[in-house]
Amino acid sequence: MADAFDVIVIGSGPGGYVTAIRASQLGMTVAIVERAELGGICLNWGCIPTKALLKSGELYESLDHLKDYGLSVEKRGFDFGAVVQRSRKVAATLNSGVTFLMKKNKVEVVVGSAKLEKGQGAPTVVVGDRKLTAKHVILATGARARTIPAIGLEPDGERIWTYREALTPKFAPKSLVVVGSGAIGMEFASFYRALGSDVTVVEMLPRILPVEDEEVSKAAHKAFEKRGIKFRVPANVKKLTKLKAGVQLEIEVGGKAETLDAEVAIVAVGIVGNVEDMGLEALGVKIDRTHVVTDSHGATGVPGLYAIGDVAGPPWLAHKASHEGVHCIEHIAGLKPTNITSPIPGCTYTTPQVASVGLTEAQAKEQGLDPKVGRFPFRVNGKAIAAGELDGFVKTVFDGKTGALIGAHMIGHEVTEMIQGFVIAMTLEATEAELQATVFAHPTMSEAMHEASLDAYGMVLHT
Amino acid sequence: MTDILMPALSPTMEEGTLAKWHVKKGDTVKSGDVIAEIETDKATMEVEAVDEGVVDEILIAEGSEGVKVNTPIARLAGEGEAPAPAPKAEAPKAEAPKAEPAPAKAPEPAKVEAAAPAPAAPAAAPAKAAEGSRIFASPLARRLAEQKGIDLSGVTGSGPHGRIVKLDIDKAQPGQSKAAPTAASAAGAPASAPRPHQTLEQMGIAPGSYDLIPLDGMRKTVARRMTDSFRDVPHFPLTIDLEIDELLAARAKINAMLEKQGVKISVNDMVIKAAAVALMRVPEANASYTPEGIAMHHHADIAMAVAVPGGLITPIIRSAETKGLAQIATEAKDLAERARTKKLKPEEFQGGTFSISNLGMFGIKSFASIINEPQGAILSVGAGEKRPVVRGNELAIATVMSVTLTCDHRVVDGATGAKWLAAFKPLIDDPLNMIV
Repeated sequence: MADAFDVIVIGSGPGGYVTAIRASQLGMTVAIVERAELGGICLNWGCIPTKALLKSGELYESLDHLKDYGLSVEKRGFDFGAVVQRSRKVAATLNSGVTFLMKKNKVEVVVGSAKLEKGQGAPTVVVGDRKLTAKHVILATGARARTIPAIGLEPDGERIWTYREALTPKFAPKSLVVVGSGAIGMEFASFYRALGSDVTVVEMLPRILPVEDEEVSKAAHKAFEKRGIKFRVPANVKKLTKLKAGVQLEIEVGGKAETLDAEVAIVAVGIVGNVEDMGLEALGVKIDRTHVVTDSHGATGVPGLYAIGDVAGPPWLAHKASHEGVHCIEHIAGLKPTNITSPIPGCTYTTPQVASVGLTEAQAKEQGLDPKVGRFPFRVNGKAIAAGELDGFVKTVFDGKTGALIGAHMIGHEVTEMIQGFVIAMTLEATEAELQATVFAHPTMSEAMHEASLDAYGMVLHT
Repeated sequence: MTDILMPALSPTMEEGTLAKWHVKKGDTVKSGDVIAEIETDKATMEVEAVDEGVVDEILIAEGSEGVKVNTPIARLAGEGEAPAPAPKAEAPKAEAPKAEPAPAKAPEPAKVEAAAPAPAAPAAAPAKAAEGSRIFASPLARRLAEQKGIDLSGVTGSGPHGRIVKLDIDKAQPGQSKAAPTAASAAGAPASAPRPHQTLEQMGIAPGSYDLIPLDGMRKTVARRMTDSFRDVPHFPLTIDLEIDELLAARAKINAMLEKQGVKISVNDMVIKAAAVALMRVPEANASYTPEGIAMHHHADIAMAVAVPGGLITPIIRSAETKGLAQIATEAKDLAERARTKKLKPEEFQGGTFSISNLGMFGIKSFASIINEPQGAILSVGAGEKRPVVRGNELAIATVMSVTLTCDHRVVDGATGAKWLAAFKPLIDDPLNMIV
């Protein structure tokens, strides 16, 4: 086997494997190094298997409302092992999909952990006893859950979990405390609550889903509480301790100490880049905290070495990694990138779902813009009423001066599918005029997107 | 049914007058028939039919002025699939627009031309029909361009398939407003739409291999005004040689007379005076082109180019035709000095009806300056040097100075420029002529 390639990609998550495919399309010889499963966290331990779990949870919870639809069921219940099993099967399907894609694109998969050594030109990639060389090396090593061992926030393999353990639980905990209310924390809270766990979420910042628009955070808080999820916000986490049967979390809320007892704790307090044990420091790679510093094309400053995706910094999203990877390899290939500003959407698959793109209203104001804001609630949308999905709303943020759509925020049923309309609009640099002139099919929940665009300019029709 | 379009009788023609129709509604025309007469600033030309057909409708009435090239002027009912009849003689390339609505009305304006000064309010706004291409720009880019007064036709898009995106507008400078630009754009007037900017690095010059001196106001003004002028003003040079021995002798005499007053006149002062006198004798060269008409200036306000650190400036000798050489010399010296110390008032360097640039002191033999808008012409003065000249059939030596008149062809045609030089020459050949 030849050990010289045009490109070596380290890490086969949605950043790495997509980069490898694109490199192959561009006529390069490519190797991809993976120490675990092809497809990385996303396919195996993140995006995809959680969506499988959440679907089970959502279906199960919907049984609570059967009566509203004139339906009934004799006996309800679930097989927790089968729920988890299905999630693993889904992950396995996609994992073999990536295996096929690598084969189809003639990407050589090298199994093992990569170490970098100074080479002629680009660094040499050492995997086991193989020394691989390439003109370009792309780091796509991703990230992992942040842990804080000093206060007990680290998995014990039993009752203190990160997303990793939470995806393959041996039992459904009767009670659960989730530390951190970002997308990962909230999705697990939503899933376990759907299956009947008593769930408490602890957040250090003043509101849950802190990166979302304030109004969305507030609405989400209310909707989750309606489902029985409890919150301690804002709370300082003092210590997580393992008890004989369960865990105890010591927190401080409003200056008062509290303790929360639960069977299981999930730690979701952010993620850190995988930058260790690869010899990056010796090569002179600039690392800011746990992320590799790059320019806008992913170049690290070390000749021939690039970094994309989670390891290159936030937002930690699979689609951002893929986008960066493609941009990076096209830049390497000398393709002239077209000038497109690509806003990156973010989605949280809880019940209700949350989706957003661009600036929040507060961010727009911080930037000195004079935003025009529109809102439209689903409870007056025909399709939502018919479907019995009344929770949530659509919020639009326009630049008051230019009319450009600069942000969109949604909460409600399947809004993660709807946000794409606004993402396309923003990528095309749409203004209020195009959104207002767009014909939205009736009846759809997407009509709320139209109404929110009209509302920003005082032209809303149905409120 | 096909439209006959207003033809372009010359590559530069933008509009013309439909002087006369030779056909009327219902007439049958065949190839080669003269159907109309078109009048431009230069000539009247006959328009011949290319195809056969029956005149279905006359869209532009006889005597209409400012008819844009490619505007449908008549409609011909042909045999169904007949190609669009286009008048002979450099017929427009654009396809005849089919099924245009609203006859007797000029087409809707597509986009205002970037550079061409257009009549303020003709029947039809300037259209981009000649190029006929749609400008692809994102909605936000269009909105921003409108807000900033940038003409999209002057912006190159960097988006997909050359689409103009926000970033392109952010980089572009505010351009000429969409209103017809007036001829007189004083310093500080908005620059015209620029070309897309390429960095030196993109053009192969390595960063660090040069020092970058920031652009000061004067450099920006010079760059903008010269670019605008050179691009937008159709200019041409006329060069003649002048013998200046008599002039030098006269200068020596005059300086001897003025010695007690402490005044010393230069050859340039005499050129200023001679130019002013010549402008009075050929007033059509003392003129400015404006979209509204030709401005015939009452006085010869002569702007003289003065090199100053970091650029140049053109202070003005007002009504130079009324001033004696001693006064011109005194004023010129004072203006030049204050120009170098940046102490000129705006009214002392803005305006002017004619310019003189003299590089004789650098040994330049001849050169052609760029028109100083809105002036109709600029005179470039070379070095006076001994050269062989032919007198009768004899070779002789004379002090010869070459001068070049750069003319704005919109107002000073070749013959006008030549006429001015013919008036200017005797004033230099024998300065006594200046006082005749």
